[in-house]
Amino acid sequence: MGSKPRVGVFVCHCGENIAGSVDVAKLAEEAVGLEDVVFATDYEYMCSDPGQNKIVEAVDEEGLNGVVVAACSPSMHEETFRNVVEDSGLNRYRCEIANIREQCSWVHRNGGTSPTSKALKIIKGAVQKVKRNIPLEPVEMDHSDKCLVIGGGVSGIQAALDVAEAGNEVILVEKEPTIGGHMAQLSETFPTLDCSQCILTPKMVQVSRHPDIELMTYSEVREVSGFVGNYRVTIEKKPTYVDPDACNLCGDCEDVCPVEVSDEFDEGLSTRKAIHIPFSQAVPSSYTLDEDACLGLNPLCCTECSDACDADAVNYDESSQFVEEEVGAIVVATGYDLYPKEEMGEYGAGSYQDVVDGLEFERMLSATGPTGGEVRRPSDGEVPNNVVFIQCSGSRDPENHNPYCSKICCMYTAKHAKLYKESVPDGNAYVFYIDIRAGGKEYEEFIQEVQEEERVLYLKGKVSKLEEVDGSLRVTGVDQTIGEKVEIDADLVVLAQSIIPSDRAEEVSKQLNLNLGPNGFYKEAHPKLRPVESIGGGVFFAGAGQAPKDIPDSVSQGSGAAAKAMDLLAKPTLSQDPQVVEIDEERCSGCGLCLGQCPYGALELNSRGIAEVNEILCEGCGTCVSGCPSNSLSLKNQTDEQVNEVIKAYVGD
Amino acid sequence: MKLTDSDQDLVAEVEELSGENLYACFQCGKCSASCPFTDEMDELPNQLIRRVQMGDRRVLQSKTPWVCASCLSCEVECPKGNDIPAIMEAVREIKLRSNVDETDLRDLDTRGLPEIALVSNFRKKTG
Repeated sequence: MGSKPRVGVFVCHCGENIAGSVDVAKLAEEAVGLEDVVFATDYEYMCSDPGQNKIVEAVDEEGLNGVVVAACSPSMHEETFRNVVEDSGLNRYRCEIANIREQCSWVHRNGGTSPTSKALKIIKGAVQKVKRNIPLEPVEMDHSDKCLVIGGGVSGIQAALDVAEAGNEVILVEKEPTIGGHMAQLSETFPTLDCSQCILTPKMVQVSRHPDIELMTYSEVREVSGFVGNYRVTIEKKPTYVDPDACNLCGDCEDVCPVEVSDEFDEGLSTRKAIHIPFSQAVPSSYTLDEDACLGLNPLCCTECSDACDADAVNYDESSQFVEEEVGAIVVATGYDLYPKEEMGEYGAGSYQDVVDGLEFERMLSATGPTGGEVRRPSDGEVPNNVVFIQCSGSRDPENHNPYCSKICCMYTAKHAKLYKESVPDGNAYVFYIDIRAGGKEYEEFIQEVQEEERVLYLKGKVSKLEEVDGSLRVTGVDQTIGEKVEIDADLVVLAQSIIPSDRAEEVSKQLNLNLGPNGFYKEAHPKLRPVESIGGGVFFAGAGQAPKDIPDSVSQGSGAAAKAMDLLAKPTLSQDPQVVEIDEERCSGCGLCLGQCPYGALELNSRGIAEVNEILCEGCGTCVSGCPSNSLSLKNQTDEQVNEVIKAYVGD
Repeated sequence: MKLTDSDQDLVAEVEELSGENLYACFQCGKCSASCPFTDEMDELPNQLIRRVQMGDRRVLQSKTPWVCASCLSCEVECPKGNDIPAIMEAVREIKLRSNVDETDLRDLDTRGLPEIALVSNFRKKTG
């Protein structure tokens, strides 16, 4: 600080969070005694409007040139208080947070170290740091106006449509030959029982016709470089060997194709040809030749499909195309998969034909599915009279499977039971559950209706085993309400398999430098306050890739992610945190060690052979600073001197 | 018990006699929580309803319907508006209609008993 430091200390009670174990009044009193501190006060909630006003007033009245807010973690409110300090006329970097909540009051709630004296040391450290902070101005940069959406399920579709409607160009990348995701496979949707395809396919068509959406199906993102606002993306467009503009969906190619393979859209309950269309309303409406299933393209082994095609749409010479795009924001909507039933040893590990998972049962219920909407068991095509639904299969089981609740299974199981009873009115439906979690608009009402009107017996308890006895499946469970074991000889068992992140999530997280939580779902910047943003910014989450979600939540988050992306793209320029690395050109020997240490590729040797930092790429992590052998790198406002002074304040001189 | 062998006639009969939909019960347990006589019962009212839902004929041997005094506490509190005393009465009726007389008059010590007690005793022991 040029002029003599005049620091103000503002101690927050955070209700009882801090004041419960820290003597906040005493802290404010003692803070005034610290060197260069000219003002100190305490207040119940510093982040509230009156609390913020106290800072503005004190800066003005006391002529402060440094502010220390002793409160919660800087990841919570540093931004808030720096904005306040900026509003009061100081440079925003004249503000430091002394974290006396997470690092003091919360961890010393039960005594031991005196929380008040520790809090004072933390404040002392922050004072030492703030008075050495230099004013900084944000680094400004241009950005691309395009948005990339990865994943064409319902949340990706929603995000793409919203961003495009706002006037930004969108590239929607989907790995399958059609958009629609899992929602396209569903029969009807809870709790209103709208037909899934009837409400989804118009949106799919809207995507394909939107002038600002470039739809890339059968494509995958292969490489991503760059940073917020300026990502460079390489997308592989796999060959479909069919020209979508020429294809008229006559289906002649499919009729003559000699290869039959398991149909993934029907979850393996039916077969498809090597040249196929996933379902009749697929978007784009065109056939795809599955290279892996085809008898052989190189050398060409069979030309049946091409010979049959009157439109001349089949072209065996297609190959993968790699498209490079520059985008400003990315929405990640890679969705979910079901935890494989093969993992369920207690339920036959996938060996029983008549034990199906939720998506297989959806296909059985679907009018366009393998059974034409009739419930028929896979083994012999008979209509099952006793159907057992097992909830939490693979969920809420930290010891053997997944620890979390998959959130949507209670509702879809009730829907399954209802649709089964409508299809087979004389049949018996039994549902085994641990709890019914029906938190959602009109969800609980739906569950009660299914129990009451459809007369579905809900049994509280998890099934312990399934075994084949005399041609039926013996289900052994318990009903905890009467405290007795129950057995059911079932004709069909439906497992509500746990929701897991799509297998694409791991690769996408590596490409985009995203964090994954303990169960492989994308980790958001803040679980409550920034649920659609990634920690690094510029990448936003939509749908079940972030956590298990039903359709309304996926659509809402798709719109949420779109709004965040639009917010970014609408700014004329983006500003970057200026707390970046600085290079002492006199000292740097040009050894280049820092170049390899930087995780962001922000350093390079300039024409004079010394290190130079790209301030836009630099994230201020400080790795290079600690690695530099000649000590010629330093972080702005995190200099060696500042770090040393903070340590001295903590441990005493 | 084996649910696929359950007695669906029992379910139908109790529903007909009581006029209640047994599947409306979602086993919240409030009936049992409000019942003043659960200490004297061999199973809780909600458990009895579950057994009837399951078509478990052993419910006819339960003491619970006979302890029930039809005080209506459960009915007042039931969130689904089920008339639980009517279900209890239905179970008692089914038992009574089976016409098994378990009373041996010679065993009855009638000294000092009010007539009404005798009548209710007959009713309980009949069936």
